[in-house]
Amino acid sequence: MRGWRARLLSDTPASRRDAALGRLYRGWLAFRQNRLALLGLAIVLLLVAVAAFAPWIATHDPYEQNLPQRLLPPGSAGHWLGTDEFGRDIFSRIVYGARITLLIVVLVAAIAAPIGLVVGTAAGYLGGWVDSALMRITDVFLAFPSLILALAFVAALGPGIENAIIAIALTSWPPYARLARAETLTIRGSDYIAAARMQGAGTLRILLRHVMPLCVASVIVRVTLDMAGIILTAAGLGFLGLGAQPPAAEWGAMISAGRRYVLDQWWVATFPGIAIILVSLAFNLLGDGVRDVMDPRKR
Amino acid sequence: MALPRSLRRGGEFALQVSLTLLGLLAVTFFIGRVVPIDPVLAVVGDQAPRDVYEQAARELGLDRPLWVQFWIYVRKMAVGDFGTSLVTNRPVIEDIARVFPATLELATLATLIGVVLGVPMGIAAAVWQDRWPDQVVRVIGLVGYSVPIFWLGIMGLLVFYGILGWVSGPGRLGVVFEDIVPPITGVILIDSAIAREWEVFRNAVSHVVLPASVLGYFSIAYIARMTRSFMLDQLGQEYIVTARAKGVPEWRIVWVHALRNVSVPLVTVIALSYARLLEGAVLTETVFAWPGLGRYLTTALLAADMNAVLGGTLVVGAVFVGLNLFSDFLYRLLDPRAR
Repeated sequence: MRGWRARLLSDTPASRRDAALGRLYRGWLAFRQNRLALLGLAIVLLLVAVAAFAPWIATHDPYEQNLPQRLLPPGSAGHWLGTDEFGRDIFSRIVYGARITLLIVVLVAAIAAPIGLVVGTAAGYLGGWVDSALMRITDVFLAFPSLILALAFVAALGPGIENAIIAIALTSWPPYARLARAETLTIRGSDYIAAARMQGAGTLRILLRHVMPLCVASVIVRVTLDMAGIILTAAGLGFLGLGAQPPAAEWGAMISAGRRYVLDQWWVATFPGIAIILVSLAFNLLGDGVRDVMDPRKR
Repeated sequence: MALPRSLRRGGEFALQVSLTLLGLLAVTFFIGRVVPIDPVLAVVGDQAPRDVYEQAARELGLDRPLWVQFWIYVRKMAVGDFGTSLVTNRPVIEDIARVFPATLELATLATLIGVVLGVPMGIAAAVWQDRWPDQVVRVIGLVGYSVPIFWLGIMGLLVFYGILGWVSGPGRLGVVFEDIVPPITGVILIDSAIAREWEVFRNAVSHVVLPASVLGYFSIAYIARMTRSFMLDQLGQEYIVTARAKGVPEWRIVWVHALRNVSVPLVTVIALSYARLLEGAVLTETVFAWPGLGRYLTTALLAADMNAVLGGTLVVGAVFVGLNLFSDFLYRLLDPRAR
């Protein structure tokens, strides 16, 4: 036990890998001090576990209709969060909904962050007219409220979960581009870039191997902070009927379906909403914690 | 021969505005004409007869190069020709002019709520940093970033309309009160006050209070958080120490000395929060069946009414840009250092 701790915390790491792992470990030690961030992390891990083991956690088939058992209140036999308008078990649907939520968040991040990274680093490193053109485009995308722009994209692409993911990704890359550009501007003139260039490294190689890796950290922080926003936008699209289509167990769409019964059967719309709040709260807490650890200004 | 500085500034400003607007048009053009597989179908609907379809295709210039199509599009938009809505069969621009006051009413009231409650809360949080007022503001902010606004609206309806019966349900006016007041401004609260129809006025208030509060909550969360951080900045300055040393009472330091300096960035934050409400309005209006721009947009979306969608998107984008520029302008006007 002692051995690896000493190795990770040593001021003179033996290898590059040790240095990187040591930095991560020190970050984790700082992160661990933040109770709320740990809580956020725990809920996010729980979400991942629920999504992974959904078939074992759910008590019912989330899609099986059972009309005689429709709109049962919470606590009814076997349905401890009640049933919806088709007699489907709400708890099981929320459990399966975790899969959709996780899928959306991961895919949006996986599409938007690289786009932002490429646009931002290219603009910052190349400068000149490339910079002006790329930043002009970025500004235009920032000129729309993101939900409205996502709505317009979905309108053109057609409703559905894949298109909702594409639309959200297309509207959420500009902040990453700005961030990556700002980072690139600070490292563009540094000696090691000049050294790489003198050794004959091409522009593409410098961008990919020497500039981008240094921007990744701050982009990751920003993505974690944006996760809650992505979940809320996706839920909003689902609520408007433009995201996941029925009978998919998407939380926003479930709220939309429950809205019609809310005055008499409050539970149908209430529980999916609580699930959304829990998860986006967790991502917010986690994001704040990660930012506090990684943001050099806060150290 | 250098132009006068103010004139050059104005020229740069105008160039910047027109470039941004052109960019907005480019985005909506891209969404409406390039993304759909058949842009004509998106404009005329899938039940259009063959001759209508062909005429629309000619008008859009689909047989011409893309930049010519864009030029046709820009010229049309410049004169406010957003095309005809499939749903209402009226020019989109007229529809938007009709529904916009309802959104304006909602967003303005929500911003008022945000300012009246959010600013004092932010100040309290800064003055009693890390004590309970600060924690309250922190929780409100965190909840504001985590709760889906449409869910909060539905829960508000359930509690205050369904269970407690304190407010009226969805819609903007009760059925019996409709068409009593002649529309002058389009904002029912103002129109009914002008006409001295207090029954109508009271009914309108009981309809607007819940959606405005739901929307206002998000405004409070944002404004309080920003006020807190501006205030903390100011309270750490040396002039505050000087004022304390002189024996200026604490309330005067906070409300007169510090607040005056906070007010400049705060004005821009308020303008920005107003712009952000446009986004929340889409979902809130859907929940409360509020006949504004947001609901117009979503109805159009579900009917695949592309002209209305793009027209609405463009208007929202333009208002968003306008408010951003306005807050920039206010900043320069109020802060002599930025001139």
